[in-house]
Amino acid sequence: MSERRPTIAVIVFPGSNDDRDAAWALPALGGDATLVWHAEQRLPDDVAAVVLPGGFSYGDYLRSGAIARFSPVMPAVAAFAAEGGPVLGICNGFQILCEAGLLPGALRPNASLSFVCRDVAVRVERAAAPFTSRCEAGQRLTIPVKHGEGCWFAPSELLRELEENDQIVLRYAGDNPNGAIADVAGVVNERGNVMGLMPHPEHAVDPLLGSGDGALILASLVDAARDRLTALL
Amino acid sequence: MKATVLVRPKHGILDPQGQAVEESLRHLGFSVAEARVGRIVDLELDAADPVQARAEVERMCDQLLANPLIESYEIELHVQPEVEAP
Repeated sequence: MSERRPTIAVIVFPGSNDDRDAAWALPALGGDATLVWHAEQRLPDDVAAVVLPGGFSYGDYLRSGAIARFSPVMPAVAAFAAEGGPVLGICNGFQILCEAGLLPGALRPNASLSFVCRDVAVRVERAAAPFTSRCEAGQRLTIPVKHGEGCWFAPSELLRELEENDQIVLRYAGDNPNGAIADVAGVVNERGNVMGLMPHPEHAVDPLLGSGDGALILASLVDAARDRLTALL
Repeated sequence: MKATVLVRPKHGILDPQGQAVEESLRHLGFSVAEARVGRIVDLELDAADPVQARAEVERMCDQLLANPLIESYEIELHVQPEVEAP
């Protein structure tokens, strides 16, 4: 008996440019990706997870993610998250989720003011479903970053709260490419079903491309989507 | 009515753009203790009542123009004096 492949929606905003990479990587890891245009007001009925991909939605005007958060599809994404559905924001997707208030903190221009584009090492701080179930706590992953505004910031009280709640999922290990506070590379919401990260797991799903470590994160998401699909059937 | 919104990085927030400007000013020989770079948004509003206009611009700031976690804002209203008919 073959397992059913869960449908994962990849939202396409004007200016997204990693939507197709995500839609290529997820099927390679056992999911079915469906591209959903940002002007849609609903997600397809069978969607079991949502990915907000990287890119430069609305040209990063005003602040990155500030305009995309008002896209017609965003209330449906927020409603899906409120039901406990897994939502992963990668790079610009992370920025959008922060601006939308679905994730804590904000992303500022890199401390170096330079656009960074290179492999970085991140340490897994939280190994749990739905995003890092395939990782081990303390594991080092090599995943590329490519961004100009990835300096995650949270006021110190908020950061402390997040650390106490185990909401910091990934930290840069040794090489912080953007000046993010406390080396934070990825966070989840309080419930743990919405995650954002600056590195691009969809660009690291095959050792031929430099690293296959990103596949651990996306395959964790596919696992969670499959579990959700099974639970809903 | 016209309004100007000044958006600034909050105190304590790292402002690399401001630091770069500060550094350049020093290279030019200016004595500068600190430079911070923000953003100006000029608005032309339909509202005629200044109280109403300010309230509306505040809502714009809270919803879109500023991110309250990292930015503060200031609103300047430019009330045009009414021209009396000759």
